[in-house]
Amino acid sequence: MSEEFVFQGWRRADGRIGIRNHCLVLATVACAAGVVREVWRRLPNVVAVEHAHGCGRGGPDLGLQIKTLAGLVQNPNVGAAVLVGLGCEVVSAALLKGTLARSGKPVETVVIQEAGGSRKAADQAEAMARRLLDELEELPRQRGTAADLTVGLECGGSDTFSGLTANPAVGKAADRLVELGGTVILAETTEMIGALGPLLKSAESEEVAAKLKAKVERQEARARETLGPLADAVMAPGNVESGLTTIAEKSLGCITKGGSSPIREVVDYGDRPGRKGLVVMDTPGYDIESLAGMAAAGAQAILFTTGRGTPVGFPAVPVIKISSNSQLFEAMPDDIDLDAGSILAGKSISEVGEQILDLLLRVARGEKTRAEINGQAVFAIAQGGPAF
Amino acid sequence: MAVLAIRVHIRDNVAVVAADVQADDVVRLDDGSEVQAVEAIPRGSKVALGPIACGEAVIRYGEEIGRATKDIAAGEYVHTHNLARER
Repeated sequence: MSEEFVFQGWRRADGRIGIRNHCLVLATVACAAGVVREVWRRLPNVVAVEHAHGCGRGGPDLGLQIKTLAGLVQNPNVGAAVLVGLGCEVVSAALLKGTLARSGKPVETVVIQEAGGSRKAADQAEAMARRLLDELEELPRQRGTAADLTVGLECGGSDTFSGLTANPAVGKAADRLVELGGTVILAETTEMIGALGPLLKSAESEEVAAKLKAKVERQEARARETLGPLADAVMAPGNVESGLTTIAEKSLGCITKGGSSPIREVVDYGDRPGRKGLVVMDTPGYDIESLAGMAAAGAQAILFTTGRGTPVGFPAVPVIKISSNSQLFEAMPDDIDLDAGSILAGKSISEVGEQILDLLLRVARGEKTRAEINGQAVFAIAQGGPAF
Repeated sequence: MAVLAIRVHIRDNVAVVAADVQADDVVRLDDGSEVQAVEAIPRGSKVALGPIACGEAVIRYGEEIGRATKDIAAGEYVHTHNLARER
């Protein structure tokens, strides 16, 4: 990288710094989705978050939902939020606002049943969001560096080239970011099955190694319970079509995204890392749920590699898409930010790693990713228990 | 015709072909060594770099990705029909 890793961001009350300054309009329960969508139609500048959660589940899942939704509101890229609830749900606007009280972030609530229906609720939420957007405009920018960043790592729609090009190049960028004092999150526990050997060698301490081993073994046991013999290839059909044969093969390619830094900590889904450097988060391999866990933990950006191609983005968090092969880059140019397929044509992994770091800096300075331009922002939370 | 294949680790007994391979094509690794394909192998799939006996470990990234479920000859296509991960 040719220049210093410095950007002008927005410092939040908790000391963390955002690379975006968004006003969220968030449904606390699926039933409020229509109102959230209506507010977004009227005010496209807000980041609207709809999802299928907020009620109808057992305690552990609801706990995860509350933690993840609250974490997303607390993400440093979010400057303020309007929470839209229905009125009879478990994860109510009041409950969620209560968990956010100490964050110091401006949060307003609208309850559809109290507002007198969806149109009036949308009117209220729109007025609140307009005021919050104006307030956010006034916020001064402050200097941020790589040490202020937490970057999530993700691979989705992997192919056999992912582990040869895009993932190791992201690993180089991750190494550089860690050198500069930043934090990177390696997630997707499913894609660590069969790769414990090299992962455990990277663990900073025996305690970290033991926790990592327990998480991966638990995920493998779950896969076996649910899938039986198919657990050895717990992948999407497209992974197999592209030439990946076993989950171990996919995993060994996946973990190269973490680079060569020591693993300092293993955190649960959605939990904020307590350490800087390379951190592992226990998430499913399913992209959308994995992204939600990392965003809730405070990731301000995501480096996302893909071999088959995916348009996925995330609310309030820029997702930088890196293709593993140039055919994909040419086939889906509107969805991919950077092509690591150039490595197959002779570019070095380090060179492409530097390109990724440069792009990350530009995104931290405000350049929009393809997923942001396309308005791609899906949200789902990892669940454990049955639906009631 | 020679097609490039990528081997990550010196221990690997398979490599990923960077383009579609036809039977009898020569597959060349970046260190210059070669293996002749005995059948068609789709781009992105694995070619066996030497004979792999049934039950033997298939190695990529220097690590075991599974075991051969039948005898595999050098130059053969390696995928779900002859490779599986077993407990």
